[in-house]
Amino acid sequence: MVDVTPGSRDAVPPAEVPDVELYHPHSWWTTYVFSQDAKVIAIQYAGTAMAIGFVALVLSWLMRLQLGFPGTFDFITPEAYYQFITMHGMIMVVYLLTALFLGGFGNYLIPLMVGARDMVFPYANMLSYWIYLLAVLVLVASFFAPGGPTGAGWTLYPPQAILSGTPGGQDWGILLMLFSLILFIIGFTMGGLNYVVTVLQARARGMTLMRLPLTVWGIFTATVMALLAFPALFVACVMMLFDRLLGTSFFMPALVEMGEQLSYGGGSPILFQHLFWFFGHPEVYIVALPAFGIVSDLISTHARKNIFGYRMMVWAIVAIGALSFIVWAHHMYVSGMHPYFGFFFATTTLIIAVPTAIKVYNWVLTLWRGDIHLSLPMLFALAFIVTFVNGGLTGLFLGNVVVDVPLSDTMFVVAHFHMVMGVAPIMVIFGAIYHWYPKITGRMLNDAMGHFHFWVTFIGAYAIFFPMHYVGLVGVPRRYPELGETAFIPDSVHDLNAFITVAALIVGFAQMVFLFNLFWSLRYGKEAGGNPWRATTLEWQTPQTPPAHGNWGKELPVVYRWAYDYSVPGAPQDFIAQNDPGPPNLPRHA
Amino acid sequence: MAETLTSNGTTHQRPDGLRGIAADWSSDQRAFKNVSWGKAMMWVFLLSDTFIFGCFLLAYMTARMSTTVPWPNASEVFGLHVGDVSVPLLLIAIMTFVLISSSGTMAMAVNFAYRRNRRMTVLMILLTALMGATFVGMQAFEWSKLISEGVRPWENPWGAAQFGSSFFMITGFHGTHVTFGVIFLLIVARKVWRGDYDRGTRGFFTSRRGDYEHVEIMGLYWHFVDLVWVFIFAFFYLW
Repeated sequence: MVDVTPGSRDAVPPAEVPDVELYHPHSWWTTYVFSQDAKVIAIQYAGTAMAIGFVALVLSWLMRLQLGFPGTFDFITPEAYYQFITMHGMIMVVYLLTALFLGGFGNYLIPLMVGARDMVFPYANMLSYWIYLLAVLVLVASFFAPGGPTGAGWTLYPPQAILSGTPGGQDWGILLMLFSLILFIIGFTMGGLNYVVTVLQARARGMTLMRLPLTVWGIFTATVMALLAFPALFVACVMMLFDRLLGTSFFMPALVEMGEQLSYGGGSPILFQHLFWFFGHPEVYIVALPAFGIVSDLISTHARKNIFGYRMMVWAIVAIGALSFIVWAHHMYVSGMHPYFGFFFATTTLIIAVPTAIKVYNWVLTLWRGDIHLSLPMLFALAFIVTFVNGGLTGLFLGNVVVDVPLSDTMFVVAHFHMVMGVAPIMVIFGAIYHWYPKITGRMLNDAMGHFHFWVTFIGAYAIFFPMHYVGLVGVPRRYPELGETAFIPDSVHDLNAFITVAALIVGFAQMVFLFNLFWSLRYGKEAGGNPWRATTLEWQTPQTPPAHGNWGKELPVVYRWAYDYSVPGAPQDFIAQNDPGPPNLPRHA
Repeated sequence: MAETLTSNGTTHQRPDGLRGIAADWSSDQRAFKNVSWGKAMMWVFLLSDTFIFGCFLLAYMTARMSTTVPWPNASEVFGLHVGDVSVPLLLIAIMTFVLISSSGTMAMAVNFAYRRNRRMTVLMILLTALMGATFVGMQAFEWSKLISEGVRPWENPWGAAQFGSSFFMITGFHGTHVTFGVIFLLIVARKVWRGDYDRGTRGFFTSRRGDYEHVEIMGLYWHFVDLVWVFIFAFFYLW
């Protein structure tokens, strides 16, 4: 495989780094529990993220039960409702999506896709997971702490976050949340350094940056962003901890609570919002970019066609990553900041639509006249494109100051971000799990259960979030546990709320089928073989499936081509693997 | 001309300047040629850490600029009395001098390490650690002096409460960095002294082979902490 026929293709440069000596585990504990193998760490990350994500899913049912049938469930007090909202949001955004995309897919796919034996610092990578687990446990502990978890809303805005009127504000809730976030950031940094350095410095021979699968580009860029955005959240958490524990006034203005003047004074709540959203907006793209990358690979593989405009796709990812650092204050149009700021941030926000639109067009053009296989990964990828465009269009409403002001803090915003960064990335996660499950376990996921899961989830998500736009447009505010007899709210809103709740419960049930499928197929799934999708990227070319420790056996792979040689005219089959030199007279790509 | 060393012992030439950067980034295997994984990781980590200190300092500047009560005068607050004369910023000047000097000895340690001069490397690292510890000691003295004068994170006798909050938070976070640096300097010094880097002994936790480059990576961290102090000095004490 390695011999190169002169004249037909470029010689691959010699190895610059000697093959690494891996740490070889000696016991069951170091093989499966305290493992330094990125693939095991990935599964640990994904399992933990999905477990805590399940908690957040249950919380969303409880919220919907309250909204759909107010007054029916006595145990859902307004305080409990706020706690559900807060924990649902924070878990979904940080502990599920971020951890699953970067810790889960990042760990599994980066070393395999770039042709490395493992991450560059396996020990730090292992620590990363265990600190993440600790962060999750601290978060879960807040459910059992006196006063329960914090009910400050996932944005944790001060001053209310640490006052006694908010659930957990003067109890353990907010403290455990802040400690947990700090731990998460420390743990993530250890993993993130690994992902970045592995992509930059540990690629296979012949694997140039412009031959990387877009999945790696998405995860890599998102990780770089996370390493630069999480510091702002870290600082905000530390400062709020001091405000709460030491009585400093970083974020706390002078205020009167229950008729009593508090000892705080002179702090700036808006400062917190700036710090939070300097993290919070890149966070949206930290979740979205891996999804963009993965979906590009799913579409190309399952449409048997090279990705359209690969270079533009790469530069769009990088441009989105860079731009996302200068748009954060579009979350703060109604915060009372200077109006000229709004002008600047509205402009930058709308500029992001350019690279994003490039990506959407390129996905559609990849599909155009492709040999589209409606396999489950492809179905989820198509669902992603549609959902992402929907959510993106409402983003244009909310990005403009004058339109945002009346829509701000209504259910319209909830519908928007659930479409664009809730449903859309989750669709990609599902698609990716259906796509890579055969590589991870050696067996296919059950198709019938998968189709049931897809159609219920896809249609159900629209049943949930489409009506929510309408509910928001008539002015229903978000975060209200009960609407009561409010005059401007028509009866249709109450009916819609009941409908949304029923839809949400049905979609929730479909996820149980998915979870069952994950375990069922482990045992009874169809044998997959090494490359069931006939894909080109390196992870499908491993000598064993699932890949063994060290990934590649004796010889490291050598890369001869980009990741998208599908349906090449004149080739013996409809794909040419990246490590396949191919027939000598074939025209070369990228 | 830069050279890339391959693992089979041959070298190949790389172009200089911008053309070289473009060539490196469009090449395979590594974007930064001849940069080890460890060194690359330290640089990326320091970039991330820069954002942490940047956020701390920006938050402090926001508080200082938006406060409606007077901000305490740094040169009086941080003055020391020598006899009867009040010398502004005396202690801070000495602290800054010590920390900057420690960067000098650190650089010498790196040089000696690459010359495989174990004795001098250890000596220079220990000297660096000693100066780092002195810095932290003087910081402890400064903290206790201010605390005895009534400065608390939530109040102080001279003006805006955010003065004390920012001071303890930022210098505390920096002091923690220096303390961790001293601990790791001592660990590296011990490894150099035992000859771990000559023999390539495996690390206890990571099981990676030791290498004299670790002294340089340690140095990167130390210089960074030093540079951060320069910014804290400028923005907190001189402003």
